[in-house]
Amino acid sequence: MLARTVTHALVGLDARRVEVEAHLDNGIPGFAIVGLADRACQEAKHRVRSGIASAELEWPVRRRITVNLAPAELRKEGSGFDLPIALSILAASGQIPRERLDDHAAVGELGLDGSLRPVGGVIALAEAARRAGLPRILCAERSCAEAALAGIEPVPVRHLSEVAAYLRGEREPEPWAEANGQREEKPLLDLADLRGQERARRALEIAAAGGHNLLLAGPPGTGKTMLARRLPGILPPLSTVEALEVTRIHSVAGMLAADRPLVTHRPLRSPHYNASVAALVGGGAGPKPGEVSLAHRGVLVLDEFAEFQRPALEALRQPLEDGFVSIARVGGRAVFPARFQLVAAMNLCPCGARGDPAADCKCSPQRLSAFRDKLSRALLDRFDLVVAMPRPRAAELAAPPGEASDPVRHRVAAARERLDVARAEWTKEATELLDRAVERLPLSGRGRARARRVAETIAALAGEQAVGAEYLGEALAYRSPTELGTA
Amino acid sequence: MSELALAAFAAETNRHLLREPRGDAAFRAFARAFDEGAYLARLRENGVRWLPRSDQGFPPLLGAIHDPPTGLFMRGDATPAALRAPTVGVVGARACSPYGAQVARLLGRELAAAGLVVVSGLARGIDGEAHRGALDAGGMTVAVLGCGVDRDYPAAHAALGARVRSSGLAVSEYAPGVEPAPWRFPARNRIIAGLAAVTVVVEARERSGALITADLALEEGREIFVVPGEITSALSAGTNELLRLGATPLLSSADVLELFGLAARQPEAVDLTSTADTVLARLRDGPTSADELVRSTGLDAGALASALTELELAGRAVAAGGVYRAN
Repeated sequence: MLARTVTHALVGLDARRVEVEAHLDNGIPGFAIVGLADRACQEAKHRVRSGIASAELEWPVRRRITVNLAPAELRKEGSGFDLPIALSILAASGQIPRERLDDHAAVGELGLDGSLRPVGGVIALAEAARRAGLPRILCAERSCAEAALAGIEPVPVRHLSEVAAYLRGEREPEPWAEANGQREEKPLLDLADLRGQERARRALEIAAAGGHNLLLAGPPGTGKTMLARRLPGILPPLSTVEALEVTRIHSVAGMLAADRPLVTHRPLRSPHYNASVAALVGGGAGPKPGEVSLAHRGVLVLDEFAEFQRPALEALRQPLEDGFVSIARVGGRAVFPARFQLVAAMNLCPCGARGDPAADCKCSPQRLSAFRDKLSRALLDRFDLVVAMPRPRAAELAAPPGEASDPVRHRVAAARERLDVARAEWTKEATELLDRAVERLPLSGRGRARARRVAETIAALAGEQAVGAEYLGEALAYRSPTELGTA
Repeated sequence: MSELALAAFAAETNRHLLREPRGDAAFRAFARAFDEGAYLARLRENGVRWLPRSDQGFPPLLGAIHDPPTGLFMRGDATPAALRAPTVGVVGARACSPYGAQVARLLGRELAAAGLVVVSGLARGIDGEAHRGALDAGGMTVAVLGCGVDRDYPAAHAALGARVRSSGLAVSEYAPGVEPAPWRFPARNRIIAGLAAVTVVVEARERSGALITADLALEEGREIFVVPGEITSALSAGTNELLRLGATPLLSSADVLELFGLAARQPEAVDLTSTADTVLARLRDGPTSADELVRSTGLDAGALASALTELELAGRAVAAGGVYRAN
């Protein structure tokens, strides 16, 4: 009296095959789940028992029920095992044909009334099922569109009685709504909303073209955040592969919209400065992706950058360098991709008055230097572009609205193409200027490398293959100002 | 009685002593046990020299004030002769405005380039900028400390202190090992005022330490110059008040140089592009942000940034907090 259902367990973004075995025998009546199941998983007992009863199926009374989640050494978490456990028990007790379970994966949480609820990470589970050669996945109706993205045929399940009838061959699966069917996604924020700030807009365009990280510094109310939030709107759209990568991460975090599961816009994440290290880079017992991974292929905006806890800021260094986050846990290692573009905004001093001609900065030198010490050299080195945004005078706010995002996005796309094709050449004048700048300005070795990178992006934006002195000159204007410690 | 024993005793007892305390049994016992040769050897080991007041080489201007120090501890590569060269003190607020920082740097550079020794206190703000300016020009600069010359104070200026010592001097009346204390700084200011034939006050709030230096300089009959500031800025309240009382306003480094019979060294002529020339003309009207310049010159943000870098590299403009000023 043994039956088996295949499902998958998530380790980070990785889905591992788990076989849910149910065995019924004539021992002392009872129900045990073995195989390193966590609390949510143990509670499946009660949901499964009630669910089977509510579906007017038969709970095998007076039998000893043992459910094993194999392999036993893998830690299993969450409620997605409810459906496979119920199906294994039904098959073991002969209520559904056992062999039908061989070509179906199953995932979902049961309600006490037998209804099926969606769980997170379905796209990753569905992909693993497809790779394992299973043609269909049984999942909640709301998860179907997401599972279909993985290239597997989803079978929508609203209720346990439905899936039993389907597996007995008594009914056909219901149709389900296509991914990203009717609902339009909210349009991205547009640069046309912004007046003035020519320099910062220009820096944003360069950042978009070269994938540079950008730091905006200036007193409050100068439009730093408004600007930062408009970066996704000038980046090229996600490719299909990128969209699936992003969708997978957002699915594991349980953030997908049921009627629009495929993420098509570059994500924009802006965590509050109270965020913990785990919230930022990911963590938890069963590691969950952090903000840096949720911003994968998109933009991470850190407002009030200097107010973040120092350990949180330092934790950003690995993903900024490597493009992924690796979290070690007892049960193994989870790796989350985190290739994001960072836009940080900060004041020039703790009270925020610095850079504001109308206000008097009251920060003591000690407070000021503590504020600056928080931003380690190593961290500031990750910003290719630093722009000080002083408060505009009243007259400037009457400036006409700036260029919209569309033309900027086209220039960015063209520049990216040019950067991909060939390496930039350096003119003699530009090389000489760089040497002179290193001598005259406080410019470190890294600062020099940054200026070179930015100059190449600017040349690409201008449609030139050769980096002229004028492009390097502009790049040098975006170096980190002495107020933030010398570059 | 040796002056060195007195300085060592003052350090030991954490007091400020300029002459032998009469009838002080503790001092007599200390002086008897004091081994001057061994103390000097230890100073030498740590790269510190001692210049007593009675020495022929002691700076005469400093010796002439009414309460001169017993001597100076010196650390750095320059000879004590530097202290007797024509010297200008540049002092001001620690929390200074970008304008104050720019002026202090400029004065430090131009005065040192013309051959004057720039004396200041190695404090944050104006002091530090004056030292940096002098170092930029490859000139001589002396830092007068309110603690032992072996201390890095303020810690943020440890690197700057090392640069000052590598070509100039760090001096103090306090023996090595003396920790900084608030009451030592006004005493330190009198040494700055005493060493300098001319003192320039760049930016000072009301009741600022820089005003103490100015008062001391005036008491000793030294010349002082004051840099005029904005009347709306609290940072200039002290300096503007000095001007109201009749101090000489400083309008350029030439004002100081003239007093010493020196001519300002012409800045090296750099050929500017015509765009940079246009931008510089705008900057001369007053400090301006890059965005305002975009609108007033009609250049695009990229070309403007390039022109501004050109001006910065040529030393014709400085930037602070996104605001550019002509230099």
